[in-house]
This record gives sequence, C-alpha cells and structure tokens, in this order.
Amino acid sequence: MDWLTTVDHKKIAILYLIAGGFFFGIGGIEALLIRVQLWKPMNTFVTAQQFNELITMHGTTMIFLGVMPIIFAIMNAVIPLQIGARDVAFPFLNSLGFWTFLFGGLLLNLSWFMGGAPDGGWTAYAPLSSTTYSTTHGVDFYTIGLQIAGLGTLIGGINFLATIITMRAPGMSFMRMPMFTWTTFVTSAMILFAFPAITVGLVLLSFDRILGANFFNVAGGGNPVLWQHIFWIFGHPEVYILILPAFGIISEVVSTFSRKRLFGYSSMVFATILIAFLGFMVWAHHMFTTGMGPVANALFAIATMLIAVPTGIKIFNWLFTMWGGQITFNTANLFAIGFIPTFVMGGVTGVMLGSAPADYQFHDTYFVVAHFHYVIVGGLVLGLFSGLHYWWPKMFGRVLNETLGKIEFWTFIIGFHLTFFLQHFLGLVGMQRRVFTYLPNQGFDLMNMLSTVGAFLMGVGVILFLVNVVITARKPVGVENDPWGDGRTLEWAIPSPPPEYNFKQLPLVRGIDAYWKEKMAGNKEMTPAEPVGSIHMPSPTIIPFVMSVGLFIAGLGFMFTTDDFGNSFLNFLFNNYIVVIIGLGITFGSMIVHSLYDDAGWHIEPEEIDGKGAEA
Amino acid sequence: MTTLHAEQATNKLPHEPEKATLEGRNKILGFWLFLAGEAVLFGTLFATFLTLRNQVADGPSASELFSLPITAVATLILLVSSLTSVFSIQAMHRGNVKSLLTWLTVTVLLGLGFLGLEIYEFYEYVTHYGYGMTTSAFSSSFYTLVGFHGAHVIFGICWISLLIGQVARKGLTVVTAPKIYVSAMYWHFVDVVWVFVFTVVYLLGKVVG
Repeated sequence: MDWLTTVDHKKIAILYLIAGGFFFGIGGIEALLIRVQLWKPMNTFVTAQQFNELITMHGTTMIFLGVMPIIFAIMNAVIPLQIGARDVAFPFLNSLGFWTFLFGGLLLNLSWFMGGAPDGGWTAYAPLSSTTYSTTHGVDFYTIGLQIAGLGTLIGGINFLATIITMRAPGMSFMRMPMFTWTTFVTSAMILFAFPAITVGLVLLSFDRILGANFFNVAGGGNPVLWQHIFWIFGHPEVYILILPAFGIISEVVSTFSRKRLFGYSSMVFATILIAFLGFMVWAHHMFTTGMGPVANALFAIATMLIAVPTGIKIFNWLFTMWGGQITFNTANLFAIGFIPTFVMGGVTGVMLGSAPADYQFHDTYFVVAHFHYVIVGGLVLGLFSGLHYWWPKMFGRVLNETLGKIEFWTFIIGFHLTFFLQHFLGLVGMQRRVFTYLPNQGFDLMNMLSTVGAFLMGVGVILFLVNVVITARKPVGVENDPWGDGRTLEWAIPSPPPEYNFKQLPLVRGIDAYWKEKMAGNKEMTPAEPVGSIHMPSPTIIPFVMSVGLFIAGLGFMFTTDDFGNSFLNFLFNNYIVVIIGLGITFGSMIVHSLYDDAGWHIEPEEIDGKGAEA
Repeated sequence: MTTLHAEQATNKLPHEPEKATLEGRNKILGFWLFLAGEAVLFGTLFATFLTLRNQVADGPSASELFSLPITAVATLILLVSSLTSVFSIQAMHRGNVKSLLTWLTVTVLLGLGFLGLEIYEFYEYVTHYGYGMTTSAFSSSFYTLVGFHGAHVIFGICWISLLIGQVARKGLTVVTAPKIYVSAMYWHFVDVVWVFVFTVVYLLGKVVG
C-alpha cells in the first residue's frame, strides 16, 4: 500500500526500475524467440503471424516499456540528489507518470492474451496497420496502450524540466550542473517536443481503425506517407531521447573513475544541445526509399551526417578525460569504457546509412538491424548497466558484487558483438529484415546460427546481473556516503540510501563537481546554505493510481466499441461507450477530488531529522 | 490547511499571489512547458489537416460547407472571452474577489456560447450534408482538428467552473491564485489556437478554396 501511494522520487525510481526491468525481461524473451526461429533455415518454431507479432512487440516493448522506464528510474533516483533538491517540482505528477506508464504497458501486453498482439512492425506503418491488413485487435492495443504510456513519459519530461530549472541548490548555475543533469534536461525538452506528435499519430490511427476515419486510407483520400512523417518526426528524436541520458551516465562514470574533471565540459553541454536540435531535423532519413525525391533526400542526408560532429566531440572528450587519469577498472567503468568503441561502431554505420544512395542498398536488410542495435543495445543498454552499477549503492545502500559484475560485463559484451557484428554482413549479403525464415545455402546459415548463440550469451549476462542483484540484496545495508571514494557530485555528499528528505540542509555549490571541490579543500561535507529547519514534505496519495486505472478501463472500452460479443449485456456496455465513460469518469472524478482537497503536506521537524533514517 | 487559509485570508495578499510560493511558481512554469507540448500537438493536427484538406473523396468540400458568418461570430465570442479572463486576473491582482468571480463567470458563459455554435455547426454538417467522420480524409481531419479544439474548450469550461466554486468557498489565497492564473493561461492558449483554426480551416477553405 505504501508503494501504491508514494510520491517520494526515490521510491518511484525503484518502482520504475522494477516495472521497466520486468518489461525488459519480456522484450528479451521475445528477442530470444525471434533468434530461435532464425537459427536455421526454413525453421518452423513459430508461424509467420507469430513472428510478426514477436518483432512488433519486441521493438515496442524494449523502446517504450523497457529502456525508457529504466532511464526514468535512474533520473528519478539521481537528478534531485545531483542538483541538491529535496524532491522533484511535482511529486504528485511524478507518481502519476509512473502509473500511467505501467497501466499503458500492461494494456499493451494484455494483447497477447486477448486475441493477438500487434503485428504491423514497431513503426506500425499504414496500411499494414490498417484494419485491412491487421485484422485482430493487436494494433488497437498498440495505439491505446502506447497513448497511455506516452502520457506518463510526457508528464515525466515536464516534471524534470521544471525541477532542474527551479530547484537547483544555491550556487548551482546551469554551467555548474553535472553532465547527467544536463543530458536529462535536454532529453526532457526533447520529450516535450517529440511526444505530442506521436500522441496525434496514435489518435489518428485509432480513429482510422475504430471510428472508420480516412487519414491513412487511400480510398477515402488518405495518405499513408503522412503516417511515416508523423511517426518519424517523433521517432527520430526518440532515438536521441534514449541515447543522451546514456551519454550523461558515461560522462559521470568515466570522470569519476579516472579521478579527473570531465574534459571539455562546456563543449559537452554545447554538443548535447546541438545533438538534440539536429535530432529533430533529420527524421526523413528513415524515408529515403519512400520516394521524396533527390532534393529532400540530399538535405536530410547532409543534416544526418552533421550529427556526427557533436557526437565526435563527445567521444574525444571521454577519451581525453581518461587520458592521464588514474583509471579504476570496476564494473561500472568497464561498461562505460566498453560503450565508447561500441557506440562509435554504431555511429559509423549510421553515417553509412545516412548516405541516401547507399541507403537504397542497405534498406530493410540486417545491416539496418545491426546498426540500430549497436546504437541502442551497444550504446544505451551498456550505458544503463554502467549507471546501475554506479548508482546502485546510492539507491540501495549496498555495492553490487564486483567479480560477478565483471563476468556479467564480459558475457554480455561478447554475446552482443557476436550477435550483431555478424548481422552487418548478413545484411550486406542480402538477408532481409522482418522475414520469418530464409532458404538454406544462401550464405546466411552459419552467421544466423552464431548470431543466435550470441543472443543467448547476452541473455546469460542479464541473468548474471539479476543473480548479482539477489546476492547483493542479502547483504546488510551499510555503505558510507561515498562508497567509491571518488564521488564528485552532490549525491555522494549524503547517506546511502538517502533519507526521505535527501538534504538536511540545502548545500552551497561552489563550482563544477561540487562535492569533489569541497573534498579537495579538505572539507568532510558540503557547506550548508541554510540553517537546520523544519522540512516540508508532500503527502502520499492513491489518486494517481486510480486515475491510471480509469484510463486503462477507458482504453479497453474504446477499442471494443464496434465488437459483437454475442452477449447483449456486454454489447450494450461496450457499443454505447458506457465502459469508456465509466473509465474517463474515474479519471476525471479523481482529478476533481485532487483539485478540491489541497494537499498541505506535512513537516519533518528539526528534532526528528536524525531519527528519520534511511529507508527502501 | 484550514488554519493556513484563515491566516492568509486575514493577512493582506501579496500583489501577485500566484507567484508568492515556490509551488505557485513551479505550477506556472510547468504549465508553460505543458503549453509548449500542446503547441506541438496542435501543430501536428494542423499539418495533418493541411495535407488532407483537398482530399474530399465523394463528400462535400470546404467551400460548399462552411458558413463564415457563424464562425466569425464564434471567433468574436471566443476572443472577447480572452479579454474577460484578463479582467479576472486584473481583479485578482487588485484582490477584488467579487469582481474576479464575476469575470470568471462571464468567461465561462462566453465559452458556452462558443461551444453552442460549434455543436450547431457540427449538427448541421452531419444532418444536412451527411458530412461525418468517415466521409473523406478531409472530413476526418476537419473533425479531429476542430473537435480537439472543442474538447479543449469543454475542458476549460469545466475547469474554470470548478475554480469559481473553489474561490467562492475558500477565497483568494496563495493556493487558489496560481490555479486561476494557470487556467487563464490555458484559456488564452485555446483562443490563440482558434485564431489559427479560423484562418487555416475556415478562411483558407472558404476564401482560397
């Protein structure tokens, strides 16, 4: 019950981690099933229809329900601590964002048990996603589930923006913010401008499917290319929404474990903003073969390649940070160092794909699959593992086992390269993506088999991480503030795990890497910026949970409005929008209740502060 | 909370009560950010409409459907409602609760007037022209864009009505003031979007064709 009503950002972080980890597991199992199907030619492990459902759900689950929430978990756990704040700007919305994500994700995955999962690919291109070609309710689960989950992401983005703008500790100017805070800030801005586009796209697609609208139906005057534009004007920035937080994590980890200040801090900030800006300018490079014409193709090709410049700045800055540093090769840093060459490889194939004429050759082959897995798994997932190992002691008060961590790293990265390095060549020799099987003796057989072996090796790596988590959980809580000894930013100045109120007194920030600066000046802790006083805390509330349940019910009701259940009562309920109205009634009713009863919160008085110890 | 309210009611409120607390300032900032997202949302809907506005299939086209006098009146009503919501904020800054409530009520009534005209318009299209969601790509994008705006108007009316009740009960405090300010921001935003709707949908459809 405590967990259903919490508005504490540290607990919400743990909720995001558990839920995101759960969906990451589901997405991983889907990936392994795909690889089992492809391990030999003419395999009949799954049918073509099941294969379509698997690839659609693997992509959708991993991007929206797996890695995004784990990013949000780390942001929630770390950002308020890094900027020296007691909480986020809107604790209520923080909780709402989590619950809408969870119920959206559950709705999407319910499709497996309710007549078929979405099968139009994770991009849901019209007309493949129209009722003509996708006859189950799968795509309805996709549009409505993602809609509800996307709402949560948007709320989270706005919350982090407001938090970082208004709640930084005294003395922390924008150019003194830690790099992870910067990337979170820029990522949140990208979420704000990218997600409303997919919101509209999903509305249009569900109207086409459920209300018989004609947006993408050519017979009624609609235009399927419109879907591609709307999808990618969101979808391309989404790629950077995923990778920028990983850049931030790598910047923190590399600099901490090199015992050096991040090289070129201000150029890193500038590069981050530039990447975000360019990320919005290049969406149509996903559509070179759609038939936009040579001028559009050339412009989008050039804009795409420009992104290599700020990304290159980042790569070199990480290398220069390590240059001459006292490097500690622990698990967190191994993942960070492993990230750098892996991501460079993904970037290089990105430039190759960004060349429009070459893209005609690579289009819809495994070369593309290899490229984006190098970026998303080799970039983001390695970044997330690095961040989790790095901040685990701060979140849970226990350090993850190092030996196991190193085995985990080597298993995962060897498995990863075995799986996806080969897929570049599979693509170059002509294997198409999205097909459920292939003929023998075309040069695909051995590489596919090895690729499957690699995928299972990655699975072993992830399981080892889980084993590590379980083993660590048995150890007692009790690491000091700064278990690495080299912590540079504010989160390491307070106990692990932090008390409910984070900072007893807000710290005074006197430079970049505020905590390191104090340590070098011989101080044991941060100089406080305020006297000890009573601390205002927000009250826990069940309303966000209830609101999300309402949306879940409304979404389910909406997609079955035109169905015949063969039962007059059910038909009456669904076909007259009664279920939708009940669901929305719950949601709006909760909003009204929330607005009528002002939450005054509660206070932790100075004499109680030391008693309120660590939790979670 | 009640004691806090009582305290504030007796004390004189600051000149800009909506910005007196960190919560209030956060709310206003957060709402600006939300409106930025809403701008993208409507931008995408406008782009969709502009792409599909001549795709009428077998259905009626814009110039056959629209009647400018009705939409011009609707525009006028909505723009005036923005003015009255400015008056309500000025009343709030003067600390005049009665005037605040009056102007909020006028704003809601004007909103209802606009909504009535829109419902009449949609009803006419459906019954007289057989012009529904499924008629053509033009009709789908028309009802989605204008309907989204209409849904925003309905939401605004409900929201401001609720606030009228709250202010009447609890008075003007540093808790209620940011809510009123934010709802006024929302209302202006909805009005600005309508100016674009009027231009892009109605004028472009009727005058340019």
